[in-house]
Amino acid sequence: MIEFKLPSLGADMDEGKLLEWKVKPGDKVKRGDLVAVVETPKAAVDVEIWQDGVVQELITKPGETIPVGTVMARLAAAGEALAAAPAPAPAPSRHPVSPAARKHARELGVDVEKLPGGGPHGAVTVEDVEKAAKAVPKKEVVPPSDKALAMRKAIAAAMSRSKREIPHYYLSQTIPMQRAVDWLTAYNEKRPVTERLLIGALQLKAVALALKDFPDFNGFWKGDAFEPAKGIHVGVAISLRQGGLIAPAIHDVAERSLDELMKSLADLVRRARAGSLRSSEMSDPTITVTNLGDQGVDEVFPIIYPPQVAIVGFGRLAPRPWAEDGMIGAVPAVVASLAGDHRASDGHRGARLLAAVAALLQEPEKL
Amino acid sequence: MDANEIRKVVMAELKRIAPELEDVAPTKPLRDQVDLDSMDWLNFLVALNERLKIEIPEADYRKLGTLQQIVDYLSAKAR
Repeated sequence: MIEFKLPSLGADMDEGKLLEWKVKPGDKVKRGDLVAVVETPKAAVDVEIWQDGVVQELITKPGETIPVGTVMARLAAAGEALAAAPAPAPAPSRHPVSPAARKHARELGVDVEKLPGGGPHGAVTVEDVEKAAKAVPKKEVVPPSDKALAMRKAIAAAMSRSKREIPHYYLSQTIPMQRAVDWLTAYNEKRPVTERLLIGALQLKAVALALKDFPDFNGFWKGDAFEPAKGIHVGVAISLRQGGLIAPAIHDVAERSLDELMKSLADLVRRARAGSLRSSEMSDPTITVTNLGDQGVDEVFPIIYPPQVAIVGFGRLAPRPWAEDGMIGAVPAVVASLAGDHRASDGHRGARLLAAVAALLQEPEKL
Repeated sequence: MDANEIRKVVMAELKRIAPELEDVAPTKPLRDQVDLDSMDWLNFLVALNERLKIEIPEADYRKLGTLQQIVDYLSAKAR
């Protein structure tokens, strides 16, 4: 028997509200399937399941708010499906349904098979459908001001915990970007607007590749010890137009080509702003990258998102004085910064991580 | 398609990205007014490309600082 529990979708989530089940008893599900939509303080999230099985019982009702870890549903594992499945319920007696009522039910989103018929011989009529549609509880709409308040509370909780528990240290390094800019300009010149890369994609990839040699920045502080993560899943800080921010993950960033990464980044930003993220994207970030360069800041002093142990920030890409081979000139440059958890790493390692990011950005063709 | 129709398309796509947008000063820097980051800007150009079938080379981005410049640029290309 598999117990499907409400997963934690971030350090700022203690509970969630089930908005909708995407499955029903008897449905077969496989690893990665979306089974429910849960509202968190930051977003409505499509929750995935990570085991194969057959849904037996949905315990949580839509509209219920439950703590993280609550058993929401029970499933039979693949092998036990037949043995554990309850005897099939007797087929419901079907009422005749008039074609007009069936059409109207489709339009109003009413399950016509579940309606008692009020017409002759128990037939379901248009009036029955309309009555049922009125009785269906409307999805609760949270006023925008409440959503913004919930978002701020969630950010406040996570960031207060971070500053309370994590001894941050900060480092920064100015990275010359002439080679990266030249490479990117030539790369984009040959491509239609739908296939162009942003400099942010190169920065993400450089951070992920550097983390391969510095795994002590990629993981979580749990209990009294650092727990390295298996994959490099970079959380991308995305500001929302209505206020607040969210930092969902792009999985396995180091293994993706720049084109794939750019597509993933564009898709993630679009879905984050549309409120359509997956639970694995919310729960899996192993480090976060934040880029505030578009807002004109030179440098970012970021705050670690617990239980992660590091966050990398990028400021604006701008011409800066730079000395090379005894000559001073203006080159496009960016300041990369690192906030590290001193329980998990030291400044010496952090400085080497930033140096590795800088070195990778000097060879953009290899990213 | 004339300049007025192009302006309507441009504004519609801007509002899709920034639904809270009410009006835009045509000769003031657009990205500051609408708070468009790099991803928003790219998505905006992709949408214009899809709607108007006009390709905008990256080298021309610097010509697209204001709403008026964008409308002028696209109008010239649409001829």
